[in-house]
Amino acid sequence: MVSRKFTTTACAAALAALSFNAQAQISGGSVKIGVLTDLSGTYSDLAGSGAVLATRMAIDDFIANEKPGFKVEMVTADHQNKADIASNKAREWIERENVDTVTELVTTSTALAVMKVAKEKDRLVIMNGPAATPITNEQCNDVSIHYTYDTYALANGTAKAVTAQGGKSWFFLTADYAFGHALEKDSAAVVTANGGKVVGTVRHPFPGSDFSSFLLKAQASGAQVIGLANAGADTTNAIKQAAEFGITPKQSLAGLLMFITDVHALGLKPTQGMFLTTGYYWDRTDETRAWSKRFFEKQKKMPTMVQAGQYSSIYHYLKAVKATGTDDTTKVMAMMKKTPINDFFAKNGQIRDDGRMVHDMYLVQVKKPADSKYPWDYYTIKATIPAAEAFQPLAQSRCPLIKK
Amino acid sequence: MEIFGIPTALLGSQLLVGLINGSFYAILSLGLAIIFGLLNIINFCHGAQYMMGAFVAWIALTRFGINYWVALIAAPLIVGIVGVLIERLMLRRLYKLDHLYGLLLTFGLALIFEGIFRDQFGISGESYEVPEALTGGVNLGFMFLPIYRGWVIVASLIVCFGTWYMIERTKLGAYLRAGTENSQMVQALGINVPLLITFTYGYGVALAAFAGVLAAPIFQVNPLMGSNLIIVVFAVVVIGGMGSIMGSILTGLGLGLVEGMTKVFYPEASSVVVFVIMVIVLLVRPAGLFGKS
Amino acid sequence: MNSKSYLETKLPLLFGALFVIGLVAPFAMYPTFLMKILCYALFACAFNLLLGFAGLLSFGHAAFLGTAGYVCGLMVRDVGVTPEVGILAGTVAAGLLGWLFGSLAIRRTGIYFAMITLALAQMVFFLALQIKETGGEDGLQGVPRGHLFGIVDLSDNLAMYYLVFAIFCFGFFVIYRTIHSPFGQILKAIRENEPRAISLGYDVNKFKLIAFVISAALAGMAGATKTLVFQLASLSDVHWHASGEVVLMTLLGGLGTILGPIVGAATIVSLQTQLADSVGSWVTVIMGVIFVICVLSFRRGIIGELQALIKRSGVN
Repeated sequence: MVSRKFTTTACAAALAALSFNAQAQISGGSVKIGVLTDLSGTYSDLAGSGAVLATRMAIDDFIANEKPGFKVEMVTADHQNKADIASNKAREWIERENVDTVTELVTTSTALAVMKVAKEKDRLVIMNGPAATPITNEQCNDVSIHYTYDTYALANGTAKAVTAQGGKSWFFLTADYAFGHALEKDSAAVVTANGGKVVGTVRHPFPGSDFSSFLLKAQASGAQVIGLANAGADTTNAIKQAAEFGITPKQSLAGLLMFITDVHALGLKPTQGMFLTTGYYWDRTDETRAWSKRFFEKQKKMPTMVQAGQYSSIYHYLKAVKATGTDDTTKVMAMMKKTPINDFFAKNGQIRDDGRMVHDMYLVQVKKPADSKYPWDYYTIKATIPAAEAFQPLAQSRCPLIKK
Repeated sequence: MEIFGIPTALLGSQLLVGLINGSFYAILSLGLAIIFGLLNIINFCHGAQYMMGAFVAWIALTRFGINYWVALIAAPLIVGIVGVLIERLMLRRLYKLDHLYGLLLTFGLALIFEGIFRDQFGISGESYEVPEALTGGVNLGFMFLPIYRGWVIVASLIVCFGTWYMIERTKLGAYLRAGTENSQMVQALGINVPLLITFTYGYGVALAAFAGVLAAPIFQVNPLMGSNLIIVVFAVVVIGGMGSIMGSILTGLGLGLVEGMTKVFYPEASSVVVFVIMVIVLLVRPAGLFGKS
Repeated sequence: MNSKSYLETKLPLLFGALFVIGLVAPFAMYPTFLMKILCYALFACAFNLLLGFAGLLSFGHAAFLGTAGYVCGLMVRDVGVTPEVGILAGTVAAGLLGWLFGSLAIRRTGIYFAMITLALAQMVFFLALQIKETGGEDGLQGVPRGHLFGIVDLSDNLAMYYLVFAIFCFGFFVIYRTIHSPFGQILKAIRENEPRAISLGYDVNKFKLIAFVISAALAGMAGATKTLVFQLASLSDVHWHASGEVVLMTLLGGLGTILGPIVGAATIVSLQTQLADSVGSWVTVIMGVIFVICVLSFRRGIIGELQALIKRSGVN
């Protein structure tokens, strides 16, 4: 009679042999995911520790559900929104610590810098936080994935909807740097294409703090809509001050890049009625509610689209590694592009050849304080923008990888 | 009607907004000028102290339900006491050394305060409601002026000119001025000069905190609000003449107006026009516009 | 009377030891980390020349670091020159800027001098932000390391390290010779008693300006090299925080000592690297605390305290 101990040991040995086989293809013996984000600065609320938590959840859920034969590790770092820190850290992670993929990367300048390092060293980059379209156009490469959103989708969502709803004359308040310019350009194009008119723009220094003079210009222009082509504190300050100067509600504000954390910081009074485009709202379906509540338990804040996207993208990545049995960049990338994404974050999401993950986006409107029944009950979903419409068509892509 | 192609209404409103910003510059540079003029210390943590004033007001409101009006007095007091501690425990040791050490110490303190608040509160910024009595606005014809902003101008002018009066026209001010020029003589006359100096630093810091409370409903209360502002305020003080009380008030207001004008014609340069002026002034009139060499 | 400190007499030995350490270090530690230290050490040494030896506190030295970085980056990436030409271009650009700033700032002393340099640096920051060529917030990215003299491939970390090391040694040598030359002596005299130097007939402003230009050029050399190491130049290089950082490095290491800035730079860079993995804000707090402690009770800095210690223990 074979003793129980022997059986257990034999099984363990067999399993080890099997997993050793899988591990032999995984460099360094484990899959290492680097989360490079803003942990303490302007964007730490919309990404930051929440993105780290989302990654942790994805890894734990993956191991629990899929029972892979390999180990998964996570390292995190704060790039402080600085391209040089991000680039340096990514380089160090890849050269010294065998990190297989660098992820998150809120703040376009950090994303662009790391994309270059990753291409040089042949590692994957999975971006959720950064916004600007050059990531999948002029600066595209074949090791990068731009997952959650971009300025085109935002412009196409918000600007289009607002113009269609009757906001025909626009005035832009733009953060005076590449991201702001891109957001303004994309939005202006959408406005004009939909029968609207841009009556003026004003650029404010980045970061700004007092927008009264710029807002007064916007007011003097008489435009129906003031498009806020900025983000973070700039947006929230501008909104506050517009209310103060009696600019709203006579003229309406379009927050071209806003997150639920911004609405939470400002409160519903100054933001009510604003349109914005998002890739995720926690209260949309039962699935999103379930996942978001789990997130909320640990983070004490509802997740932004960046954080939800981070979970989804990491899970998708790990599934691809398991399916291919390796962490080799080219093979995993091919698998990630081949496999559609179907989870609480996206249905029939697809990663295109330019690295762009296309999925449905949602046009939402911020609720009036009276209509908000419970904490974080901030949005009414006005429309779903299907994936094919939301993102820049491949035919218009300026990415050198796309052959026309 | 248009001037230089800009409608007068827009010009008028921009100048008024510039005056509001100028009020902040005036209070902050007044505090700096007092501290430098009377103590010869460049208080690099002035911006951090301004930020702390705003945060004390915010914490008082959200955690303890203490309203704006009480905070206007309480925050400057509390932050002023912190200032007193700084002076007593640290600055005091540096008076005999090169002035640059005072600058470096306060620079280090600014880093500490900002880092702590950043760690505790993040950077998204906290919202502070305009107090009930000051909500709403007044239609001036060429613009809609929020009452609160009008209040800021009034409050700053009162505080600034009140301080000026105290320093230039009262006995206390006379002691302060004499004390820094010849402390031994003044002490021999029975005045406690070290105490005066401590009070002066505390008062300068309190002014910064007062400006912070005034700023809270206008700007988002966030740990970086001071460091963005402080460099500009330094330039203001240097332009005005580093020891001149009236100079800093007038220059602060004046520069607010200049910035407002720049925003109308060439907005991107509005963050740098102060420095250009500073360089020009220093070349042409090194002691500053109102300074005495 | 032998007024040289013990440390000073043993200096050649120390230099020799450090040189050897520098040669073998990349085999023991991560080369990119070492290169960062070397660049900042050069930056701090250049700054120390101005503050520690000439007595001029410049609060805008980042302008030179950053400007050279951008110029070098543009030359190498867009014009296509080889790396050594890029570094030279950066150095010259910084030197010219130093001449411009110096001419404006030297007219005043002390606090006013510091404030002028700060204001001028802010204007450089503004320019860097606005001009399209510098990439604004994104920075100047994708700077190729290229081939040194067209031959040596610098994308190899080891090769790059030795280049950086060579540049550092060169810069350090220049500073050392400057300090120990008649020019250096006059600078010290000006720092210690300017009116007397004037009364002795020296054109103090000219000497200050020359010191300023040398300091700016070397800071630029550090900046240009740094751009090649990290393959990007960004706004943080021209931000006033960077100016503050170099003051801290020099103060911590030891103002007016020859080795101080190196030690200070190594310490601060190591600290930042170690702590970057934990929450970012605490780095700021700790730097602030170090600043405060240094100013209050550690003014001589690490090397300065070491020197005093050795003197006290009576070694002759």
